Amino acid sequence: MGFDQYHEPAAELPAETRTFARLCASLTEEAEAIGWYEQRMAVEPDREARAIMHDAQGEEFKHFSMDLEFLLRRTPLWREIAEGILFQDGDIVEHGEESEEEATEGQADRGAPLAGGESLGLGSLRGSDG
Amino acid sequence: MSHLLREHAPITEAGWKLLDSEARERLAPALAARKLVDFAGPHGWEQSASNLGRTDELSGVPEKGVDARQRRVLSLVELRARFSVARSELDDAERGAEDVDLKALDEAAGRIARAENAAVFHGWKKAGIAGIIESAGQERIALGEDCELYPRHAAKAVDALREAGVDGPYGLALGPDAHTRVLETSEHGGYPLLEHLREILGGPIVWAPAVDGGAVMSMRGGDFLYDSGQDISIGYESHDAEAVNLYLEESFTFQVATPEAAVALTS
Repeated sequence: MGFDQYHEPAAELPAETRTFARLCASLTEEAEAIGWYEQRMAVEPDREARAIMHDAQGEEFKHFSMDLEFLLRRTPLWREIAEGILFQDGDIVEHGEESEEEATEGQADRGAPLAGGESLGLGSLRGSDG
Repeated sequence: MSHLLREHAPITEAGWKLLDSEARERLAPALAARKLVDFAGPHGWEQSASNLGRTDELSGVPEKGVDARQRRVLSLVELRARFSVARSELDDAERGAEDVDLKALDEAAGRIARAENAAVFHGWKKAGIAGIIESAGQERIALGEDCELYPRHAAKAVDALREAGVDGPYGLALGPDAHTRVLETSEHGGYPLLEHLREILGGPIVWAPAVDGGAVMSMRGGDFLYDSGQDISIGYESHDAEAVNLYLEESFTFQVATPEAAVALTS
């Protein structure tokens, strides 16, 4: 089993961060799967096979969206930025720039911690000195 | 905004970083239980109880011919340790002062860590928590003050656990007095007692404030379950011209799934 989602030693990471990293890895995998199904459907001549792939891709949409919602719930700044971009009409890049600026300035003004929520991130201390 | 209301405190981003960092530094060495037990969560402030998978019969069903059972759960407890920080100290921190007085935060960290340790190791009846030491299923071992005998005690405890089919590695939690004696002691030939104990156990020796005596316990997993709602966080309560009133807060519960996976050490 691989542990590629961790870029730092897993034992040194708080439990919250490990969960966060797992869901980030899962989000990536779901996005990849969506792209793969898109390509397969584009070249598949059999209508019945394409229908199955279409159904499977729908599952990946669901998985991707659930992963994303989890991550946004755990990361207030990310959520705030996403709210300014997702499901909005108009220029995506413009919304992105504005949303990022407003969210990060507001966050800094409030002195709130960023990723990982507001806890001290202690979690399990197994593997720490003892 | 979360219920911690941090946004309402007259504290800058740098000030919050200082407080969070100081709290982490003080808590990490003192939270002994988390170095030995399984930690699940944090599930968030909304989490109210842990599932026990158990039920009780429930009488008085409002319809004949229907049986009822009620789920048993373990409710989470909320711990809160209050402290104040002088606004002048926070101002000095902004100016780059390195010797900011955060003694009240340090003391609050000590209090909440000791409360958590005591609940996990000695139990907390009103909170429905059975502690590791109180519920340990193996024969108790008296530690005594002669710590040259500690390796023998540790070996006896490990043997008892193995005989009960409880695999290692094994960890040792020691109350402050016993832990200090271990650190201070070298055996014949100058070999540190701490190292000898580690070799016997295959796991860590943990300094456990608020623990009387100690415990040798398996760390194979699945035996001692700490369930975290909100992990320890700093929240804001109020402020005036002189000070900011804050608190350290967490919610959790704990259960011993395998009493025979620990040996209690009495002081």
